[in-house]
Amino acid sequence: MVKVEERDKFNDHLLASGHTACPGCGQSLAARLVLRAAGRNVMVVNSTGCLEVFSSKYPESAWEVPWIHSLFENTSAVAAGIEAALKITGQLDRVRVIAQGGDGSTADIGLGAISGMLERGHDVLYICYDNEAYMNTGIQRSGSTPYYARTTTSPPGKVSRGNWRPKKDVPQIALAHGIPYVAVASVGYPMDLDRKVRKALSIRGPKYVQIHVPCPLGWGTAPERTIDFARLAVLTGLYPLYEVENGELRALKIPKKVPVEEYLKEQVRFRHLFGKEDRKKEIAEIQGIADQNIEKFGLIVK
Amino acid sequence: MKITLGTVTHPGGSRVNKTGSWRTASKPRFNHQACVACDVCALVCPEGCIFGTGQNTYYANEDYCKGCGICAEVCPVHDIEMIPEAGEDG
Repeated sequence: MVKVEERDKFNDHLLASGHTACPGCGQSLAARLVLRAAGRNVMVVNSTGCLEVFSSKYPESAWEVPWIHSLFENTSAVAAGIEAALKITGQLDRVRVIAQGGDGSTADIGLGAISGMLERGHDVLYICYDNEAYMNTGIQRSGSTPYYARTTTSPPGKVSRGNWRPKKDVPQIALAHGIPYVAVASVGYPMDLDRKVRKALSIRGPKYVQIHVPCPLGWGTAPERTIDFARLAVLTGLYPLYEVENGELRALKIPKKVPVEEYLKEQVRFRHLFGKEDRKKEIAEIQGIADQNIEKFGLIVK
Repeated sequence: MKITLGTVTHPGGSRVNKTGSWRTASKPRFNHQACVACDVCALVCPEGCIFGTGQNTYYANEDYCKGCGICAEVCPVHDIEMIPEAGEDG
């Protein structure tokens, strides 16, 4: 049927070419890197979202591993069911289960089911691709949207300054369940992401990994600068990369503090902060969040 | 097109979509001069359409390349250039 022209030993193409993501999509890159780390012996449960839509245009599928999509909110419930079935048939040693979704399904819609899965101790790796809004349906704000970002449901104007609530800290919510492994990664650091996914899959029990994925369409950034913006988010301290293994925290250190303006000024979603009247107060508030992260996670070696 | 019940499809069946036709402005050109075979371009390609096995062997499969330009941006030795879609003269 389809001529598979190039197969490779590094599992680089378990998410096949020809998917219909936008050029420069951070999420398609992250999904490919996750599968590269996970290998062929996985079952993937996907929630509704961009990833599901662009990878499974009927009648095609970009996935080369078993893949199931159910309703928006019950990704983790389906994954928990698959894990239970594998356990009862004694096959859990051979197959790992990955549940994945965007930030909307993780922070808002599916949070209850995720909490249940983590609390019951299923051997599932949950991966959240955090692009900081509901990009698939046209950039609505989600619980994971950062301070003062423009979305279609938090438009900036005379009264509004964009999203007026802080970003929901889902990794800390996952951590509060006392699970063995929680990590935050970014597509800007592909080998760090690779290592965290491999490490998570080597651990038994519920795991949570959150990956920061720039969205050129929703953020209003140039497609070729996806990796740049992912790295800037980390270097400014706005998106600290850390992992917590059995209560022990390790953070990826940053060489020196980059001012948040560097990250904000070239994104359309923050453009209203740099208009005619400079919004110094708002930028200072965002800088405050970054400074707090740097302090909290010890990102800069003193 | 054969219709099946539900959405049971062939693994990797999306390869029939030649997304290379999406390119509007530019495509990558691998100069094959300074390449150090670091493999970063192949690693960060969202389409997974860059292949290569050693120094100066990397290329993008233009059937799938959407021309996003990430490879040219991340190349540490600037050996990849984005050139106009129509070619050097275009």
